[in-house]
Amino acid sequence: MDASKSRPAPAGGESTVARAGVADFLVRRSRFRPAEALPWIAAIAAFFIFPSQMVLGGQTLIMILFALSLDLILGYAGIVTLGHAAFFGLGAYGASLLITDLGWSEPVSGLLAGALIAAIAGFLSGWLLLRYRGLAFLVLTLSVTIMLQQLGNLFRDFTGGYDGIPGVNVAPLFGRFDYDIYGHTYYLYCLGVLLIVFYCVRRIVYSPFGQALVGIRENIGRMNALGSPVHWRLVVVYTISAAVAGIAGALFAQTNAFVTLGVFDFDQSAAVLIMLILGGAGWLYGGFIGAALYMVLQNELAKASPEFWQFGIGLLLIGVVLFVRRGTLGRVLNVSRLLQARTQP
Amino acid sequence: MTAALEIRNLRKNFGAIEVANDINLALPRGARHALIGPNGAGKTTLVNLITGRVRSSSGQVLLDGDEITSLSQAARTRRGIARTFQVNQLFRNLTVLENVYLAIGERTGACNRLWRSAGSEAAVIEEALDHLQSLALSSDACRPVRELPYGRQRLVEIAIALAQQPKLLLLDEPAAGVPSSESHLILDVISRLDPNITILIIEHDMDVVFRFAQRITVLAAGAVLTEGTPDEISADPRVRAIYLGEKREAQHG
Amino acid sequence: MVNTLVSILFDGLAWAMFLFIVSVGLSVTMGLMGFVNLAHGAFAMAGGYLVLTTMSAWGVPFLGALVITFVVVGAASVLFERVLYARLYGAGELDQVLMTIGLTFMAIATYTYFYGPLTHAIRIPDYLAGQLNLGGRSFPAYRVFLIGVGAALIAALWYGFDRTSLGAKIRASVDNRRMAQSVGIDVDLLFTITFAVGSGLAALGGGLAIQLLGLTPNFAIIYLVFFLLVVAVGGSGSLWGTLAGALVLGMADTAGKYLFSDAGTFAIYAVAVLILLLKPAGLYGRE
Repeated sequence: MDASKSRPAPAGGESTVARAGVADFLVRRSRFRPAEALPWIAAIAAFFIFPSQMVLGGQTLIMILFALSLDLILGYAGIVTLGHAAFFGLGAYGASLLITDLGWSEPVSGLLAGALIAAIAGFLSGWLLLRYRGLAFLVLTLSVTIMLQQLGNLFRDFTGGYDGIPGVNVAPLFGRFDYDIYGHTYYLYCLGVLLIVFYCVRRIVYSPFGQALVGIRENIGRMNALGSPVHWRLVVVYTISAAVAGIAGALFAQTNAFVTLGVFDFDQSAAVLIMLILGGAGWLYGGFIGAALYMVLQNELAKASPEFWQFGIGLLLIGVVLFVRRGTLGRVLNVSRLLQARTQP
Repeated sequence: MTAALEIRNLRKNFGAIEVANDINLALPRGARHALIGPNGAGKTTLVNLITGRVRSSSGQVLLDGDEITSLSQAARTRRGIARTFQVNQLFRNLTVLENVYLAIGERTGACNRLWRSAGSEAAVIEEALDHLQSLALSSDACRPVRELPYGRQRLVEIAIALAQQPKLLLLDEPAAGVPSSESHLILDVISRLDPNITILIIEHDMDVVFRFAQRITVLAAGAVLTEGTPDEISADPRVRAIYLGEKREAQHG
Repeated sequence: MVNTLVSILFDGLAWAMFLFIVSVGLSVTMGLMGFVNLAHGAFAMAGGYLVLTTMSAWGVPFLGALVITFVVVGAASVLFERVLYARLYGAGELDQVLMTIGLTFMAIATYTYFYGPLTHAIRIPDYLAGQLNLGGRSFPAYRVFLIGVGAALIAALWYGFDRTSLGAKIRASVDNRRMAQSVGIDVDLLFTITFAVGSGLAALGGGLAIQLLGLTPNFAIIYLVFFLLVVAVGGSGSLWGTLAGALVLGMADTAGKYLFSDAGTFAIYAVAVLILLLKPAGLYGRE
């Protein structure tokens, strides 16, 4: 359509300089800001400062990736789900069965297989479920995840059931880099994957499509009135999110060389939600802060007493909901402002 | 000549309650048509029925002679129907520019693109800025809508609808809630709209209606009471009875 | 064949009564305030442990323990409702989900700390332990008792809902909260009352369930899913909806386990998902 033809005539009086400045804010916010290098510098620094903690480090990077996938649908599109573990689990099993049943152990293709299976499940379940809201959607996502878990238990000859599949041994990365018991190779592997996926997700949220997702989150009724194909937008982002969660699950299976049906537990869906909320949803870096905090705390506290850890995380969650998300502290502590686009030109 | 908008025998009932009862209406292209009636007469319901937000029980809606009764809200929007809402339906946490950007992005299909940055859609941004400029909203382009005074928010409501480049524009009490000292700004904007756009306006302020509208339809209890020119309507005793009655009720309440 | 059918109907009915007793409070509070309360299972679990303690530590008889549990947990829940829940009325479902997950985690941790992670059982009175002969068939007495308690509660709740002014106010508020408020109904107070009664009933259900399911701290999460399914399938805010949801899912679950052994655990989810896909607001819900 020729936009110039039907464009209303400018009333004049406003300089083109001002117009350029206004447009510039939309252009600039998608540019990388120096502060955005911080998480990555921290991740690389951790590699050198804590060489003995790289197993934990790798698991943390995987959870960051998982939280990032949830941020796409929760933080940007506003979809609250209780079943995101489904896609993580499918990715984990996809990558595992590729090795143990098909004997194909090349790692990167394992990630792609995990992503593909999760994406297919995300597309189908999203197409079916995303027309529902509220309680129905929560219960449906929860139920579908449990059904997947039980399906895995039903075919336990194939999946290993709750005892899991052992021996998920991947071939050296790019055929050259083998894995050490300290998890160094795995850490760098996870970091590389996270960087690539993060770049893609970042492009998506700053695209016009990402803008439409935010519109849906803010006011779905008006988006309908604007003729937006809301359902399809949500299905697309749900599928992408599922694929990313699938990659995280595949990485999880590969780095642990083991996977059980526990990956489908409600606790998994809850944990990723908690991580994202602790770090803040809707600004891409919430997962970094939340997952790192969660994993380190869990590692330290759960060693001492699992109950103490569980009690603490529950308390923290309530505190975050009541005082940070809904309180003044949230505005004071809005770290996101450092990394996020300024809204004023 | 085919009417820009034609409504034939349109009905809608929620259970036993008839909210639209056999409504007939025809607006030629470029019409300035007002819809008046007491509270609860079914004015907003009629707008909802035209846009497809609410499905009719029976009857037909035709746009430029094409039947659109079975089309979804989104499909009707793509055919060129836009509306404003009586109560603001804005993206409150987004900037004014982003609000209008969404309307244009969804119309042109720019929002289907998920790899390039939103800021690189120069055509969308240019057009959005033109719309803001024509409504004197440029100075607030980068402010979140929630920070704007209510009157300015009502202008954003109109800006979004105009950015949809509608053939038919439905204005649901565009100046509702705006102090009278500012409402003339909104009415000025409406009176300057492209004469090719067909406009149906719901309005309570009779001064506005009589100044703006070429024809007026009066709704009461879900049905068309009468239709005519402003002069005919203002002379109609039944209309006067309704409005006087309403005024009297308002005084009691 | 007939035996299996009778067993399914009987066990399914007993299971449905348990689901109903626990879920009805969740349904009404959800219908009243739209509050997504994932900590409802934790109240049921707390009831289970209170029955356990009152019986084993203080020697209270089973029925007395159930009554005490209903009263104590119901009263204690008011504290939670006033201090925590009330702050999130009108908040998004995300905040409600997060806070109640937090509460559930804290509850699980607390009970694991004091009672350990292992399964606990109670000694039910002899008159509930044996078999009961009804019409030439013998049924486990405990399940007959469960069905009896369920039936009595349904009658009491029906009376409270349909025949008292309190019930009328609750129904009016579920129907249209704003309208109810504008005619002077104190919806907040109603919510506190229903929350307390609902939590008390959940606790009662938790106490009743020990004999069927055993008791571990994970009760709060494992069975929460069933309660949510019952509410969603039945339609939130409706007494009869909750009953219908509990019956459909209780029967489906029992039938699945009888008829398909391993794959039978699917039945409850499959039936629930199917119903929700067709009627997203539930069997008795308003679209």
